Amino acid sequence: MTPSDHNTKRARELLAMMERIRAFEEQACLAAERDKLVLGAIHPSIGQEGVAAGVMCNFNTDDILLSTHRGHGHTLAKGADGLAMMRELLGREGGCCGGKGGSMHIADFGVGMLGANGVVGANITIAAGAAHGLKLMGSDRIVVDIFGDGAINRGPFLEGVNWASVFDLPILFICEDNQYSATTKTSSVTGGAGAAARAEALGLRATTVDGNDVEAVANVTAQITARIRAGGGPEMLHAITYRRTGHTSFDLAKYRPEGEAARIEAENDPIARQRAVLANMGVSTAALDDINAAAQAEMVQVLADAAATPFPNDTMAFEDVQDIGSPVVEAY
Amino acid sequence: MVKMTYVEASRAAVREMMQADETVWCVGEDLGRGSVFGQYLGLQDEFGTDRVADTPISEAAIMGAAFGAAMVGTRPIVEMRFSDFALCATDELVNQIAKARFMFGGQSRAPMVIRKPIGLWRSSAAQHSQSLESWYVHIPGLVVLCPATPQDNYSMMKAAIKCDDPVVYLEHKNIWGMEGEVDTSLDVTLGEAAIRRAGTDVTIVSWSDAANLCVKAADTLAAQGVNAEVIDLRSLWPWDKKAVIASVRKTGRLVVAHESVAVGGFGAEVVATVVEQAGDALRGPVRRLGAPRSLVAYAPNLEDKMRVTEAMIVTAARETLGK
Repeated sequence: MTPSDHNTKRARELLAMMERIRAFEEQACLAAERDKLVLGAIHPSIGQEGVAAGVMCNFNTDDILLSTHRGHGHTLAKGADGLAMMRELLGREGGCCGGKGGSMHIADFGVGMLGANGVVGANITIAAGAAHGLKLMGSDRIVVDIFGDGAINRGPFLEGVNWASVFDLPILFICEDNQYSATTKTSSVTGGAGAAARAEALGLRATTVDGNDVEAVANVTAQITARIRAGGGPEMLHAITYRRTGHTSFDLAKYRPEGEAARIEAENDPIARQRAVLANMGVSTAALDDINAAAQAEMVQVLADAAATPFPNDTMAFEDVQDIGSPVVEAY
Repeated sequence: MVKMTYVEASRAAVREMMQADETVWCVGEDLGRGSVFGQYLGLQDEFGTDRVADTPISEAAIMGAAFGAAMVGTRPIVEMRFSDFALCATDELVNQIAKARFMFGGQSRAPMVIRKPIGLWRSSAAQHSQSLESWYVHIPGLVVLCPATPQDNYSMMKAAIKCDDPVVYLEHKNIWGMEGEVDTSLDVTLGEAAIRRAGTDVTIVSWSDAANLCVKAADTLAAQGVNAEVIDLRSLWPWDKKAVIASVRKTGRLVVAHESVAVGGFGAEVVATVVEQAGDALRGPVRRLGAPRSLVAYAPNLEDKMRVTEAMIVTAARETLGK
């Protein structure tokens, strides 16, 4: 394989992963709005797929990921099974978490994904601790922790990033900056120069990247993870992207300037940009459409299969709470 | 049997478990200097700074990081210095640690011992004196322990470290120097109460340092011809309903005494359970003693207004007997 073949192969894989994430979330939104099968809130990452795909291709299955309430893309890109994830969103048996967590608590420990989190910023200290534990055990695995731009205004950001700095831990913090904190423009509630500057103030090397340029994300993450794996300590990647949907799938996001989302979709869609990269490499439109069609077909089938799966057994309401004093034995 | 103080007993237990299992480690502020009450004295010299880790004053990160480290296979002992400070790590304990195993469908475990010294400690005022054990009992996922003697602080600490669930371990600050004989071969089953004194006339249920006060009150009652049975629950979740109900069925009388605020306290849970499950056995009024729902002051006379005393326990026990 020549270097250019290699580049084309990776570029195709990045596109395919972004298409799978997009298709999964489009189906999840249909399941919520059209089918009324997703009963709780889901937080789509449509338009942010470049970060998930570009970052995660640099992590091994046994490396550790912690993610956010907007974590479907990260989880899929880490290697989780789409059907198990969709079952989880539908609260069904065979979901990643047995239907007990739903979208906001999705986790797949089998691929090193130690949980999305319903509390903004809460994963930062936990991820630092996972890296701390790996270091204590002499492991060569590393950790990636993804949080949003809203999280840098919470205390655990300071405490967790400082912790990683003073204990010199093998962790990459990623601020996936989609520019909105729920319904508030993050820049309107954030002092100073933002995520990278704050990380630098705590002693981390920080890099900023265009999160909608999946090739750039993959390249810069490769450099960073090489340094972390070599014992270089924690780093911060500030990936700037844009949240095309509302905060949840139910949120119409009327608080945004008119036309903002449409303009980004037209001019700065990570999937369209990667298709252009591949077209420049000589890949045909038909081949690119095949990648899209395969992702669509996979996720349509995933939703159909998930919808045909039963709800968990009622007894699961009491399982996996604790061993000592378990509600299976005594719940009152 | 070895004579140990309450603080020496827990330190011996931690040391023994660290020697036996290299995944056990301690994390918190000032541990290299022993922490506030000397619980870790000498351990950093023996086990090094990785396994007895000095941290920034970052309670949320101490709790959250220990949780992350637990999820990847270590068994952290988390030091919060004062239970009051642990409130800075409430999200980490309540929303993350207690819930992860359930939310993730059984994929994770959080084998952690979370030490939060509780209780009145002369003139420490409102932010260093609380006993919030009833809060933790209210949170599914947590085991809640309140050792009151050197023996229990040894045996229960070892059991807590071996436990695969997150354990909120509430030592009482006022009894670090309490001496007692410790049988290092004695194992306890978490959730089993200790009958601190056997009796037939009235059941007195308590935990933590208040249980020691109840034992003294029982001595006084004995001199007055009242034979009280003192049950030290030791573990509040799970708690030993069987021992309490069996005792009430024997005595027909019940006093519950605790240092924490009476309103909404765990004593109410004990009384309600007895009334529901053994109400027919009660032959006198039930008495529940706890702190008034006010705040702990600095001035000693004001602080004393928040105390349950030996005399109050004696009076309450006599009242259940119509004396």
